[in-house]
Amino acid sequence: MALVSTPASLEQALPATLDNAEVLRIRNDFPVLDQLVNGRPLVYLDSGATSQNPLSVIEAEQEFYEQRNAAVHRGAHHLAVEATEAFEDARQTVADFIGADYSETIWTSNATEGLNLISYTLSTAGLWAAQGRGDAGLADLALKPGDEIVVTEMEHHANLIPWQELAFRTGATLRYIPIDDAGSLRMDQAGDIIGSRTKVLAFTHASNVLGTINPVRELVALGRAVGALVVLDACQSAPHMVLDVKKLDVDFAVFSGHKMLAPTGIGVLYGKQELLDILPPFLTGGSMITTVTMERAEYLPAPQRFEAGTQRISQAVALAAAANYLTETGLDRIHRWETELGGRMVTGLESIPGIRVLGPAAGGERIGLAAFDVEGVHAHDVGQFLDSRGIAVRVGHHCAQPLHRRLGLTATTRASAYLYNTTDDVDQFLDAVAGVRAYFRA
Amino acid sequence: MSLDQLYQQIILDHSKARHGSGLAGTVAPEGASTGQSHQLNPVCGDEVTLRLAVEDGKVAQVSWDGAGCSISMASASVLTELAEGMTVAELHEVIDSFREVLRSRGKIHADPDLLGDAAAFEGVARYAARVKCAMISWVAAEDALNQAA
Repeated sequence: MALVSTPASLEQALPATLDNAEVLRIRNDFPVLDQLVNGRPLVYLDSGATSQNPLSVIEAEQEFYEQRNAAVHRGAHHLAVEATEAFEDARQTVADFIGADYSETIWTSNATEGLNLISYTLSTAGLWAAQGRGDAGLADLALKPGDEIVVTEMEHHANLIPWQELAFRTGATLRYIPIDDAGSLRMDQAGDIIGSRTKVLAFTHASNVLGTINPVRELVALGRAVGALVVLDACQSAPHMVLDVKKLDVDFAVFSGHKMLAPTGIGVLYGKQELLDILPPFLTGGSMITTVTMERAEYLPAPQRFEAGTQRISQAVALAAAANYLTETGLDRIHRWETELGGRMVTGLESIPGIRVLGPAAGGERIGLAAFDVEGVHAHDVGQFLDSRGIAVRVGHHCAQPLHRRLGLTATTRASAYLYNTTDDVDQFLDAVAGVRAYFRA
Repeated sequence: MSLDQLYQQIILDHSKARHGSGLAGTVAPEGASTGQSHQLNPVCGDEVTLRLAVEDGKVAQVSWDGAGCSISMASASVLTELAEGMTVAELHEVIDSFREVLRSRGKIHADPDLLGDAAAFEGVARYAARVKCAMISWVAAEDALNQAA
């Protein structure tokens, strides 16, 4: 037997997309998927809310606690060194995952905390600038009455409310780019809304309700032209497609670990180095200082500047394991597969009488999710009916009340796929949806 | 537990019938004291505004506007039929009993003599996420009753 390994370049290239056979192998890595719910095999179509964890992620966290648990960045003992290495290696892995530099990658609890971090540090920048504290550049970042913050009508509450509150604290005005009936941003109006007064432009990469993928490059160009800070909510993109924050040229980007195969309690904030280094901290305390007197403190540069207190170490390690799992599977392949599943959902839903799908019609570009209204049946009842068949979906307003109001709805049902869903999952879902109106006599 | 035990026929019927629905179309009896309460479930957006008229110590009229799932709409409908004609004390007793059953996670059975059609909601108690749906109009009725009585 020849003990010659095959050079990587000669290995068979992976197919361009996943297929059902590969997905069935992938599913073996996710123990939670292998169970009966109400007597039926679980069909998990709620990854847009939270995703499931592969064994490699669960084991990474377990291995950390079994072998390396200690506080990081303090203590000279062996375990403290091991834990610190694991924690900082994880940061490098996740930085590589999104095309960022190591010191531009900040750990947060989740995307919500990341967006609050940005909004709070921007109002604190105003306080610092007013008192001549910190870098002179802070004065340019500070918001004041007359300035504008621009979001979109399709934002998740997490990328809306922090900006409402920043406007309240600073006297700035919040504006938004509306959507059209098909769920796309009115780019014909964006150029008028984003103007010389715009200090912050915050928008989602992909809508958690509509499935729309927003034109990031065009929006960034509009923001750049007026000198606005550009903030990207990457919650529904980072887990599902290649995200390169430098190529997109955004100033900040946020996402949550639990939507990309990692545990809850860990998320990421990306920020451009030159911004992170001058912005005031958000939370203050241990681990983020250089010199402390009884009167005041000096702060470390990023990333430590924004990581006060003992960090979520095992979760960071697990998030890196999740990033590796996605990279090894291939995000382009995952994205193509999910696009196929999303398209299958929409085509199927549109053929069922009484169903109104939100967002792009069949054939239009969308991520692997579909939210819909069932005529005469409330979303809660739809979700209960599907659950009785072992199918897990999300019901409600999906943390996007203004968007639902714009569409004349209060609650919808959303199915969202991930790399572990088969076309059979989608077909079972469609079959169940087709029975909803008859059951409730709508 | 099967779906049919949750969505009993009586619940599906009431979710369509919606007895008492339509605040604008009803006028409280002259001389009656009224109370009105608006309740919202922020999780699903279910909403009920319920008005209750009390005359001579009895519930003379219940009317409401609402939007929500079949459980919440059927529950408001059942409540309307049940409450009208009851004394204030009787309605309080029924509301307390209904709440106890709904919050029991299925451990306490409904008394059909006391709760009438509302006993059909016993199955909802096993679905923690749906208890608020069944309770929303009853919470509104309790609030309105306290104002009116």
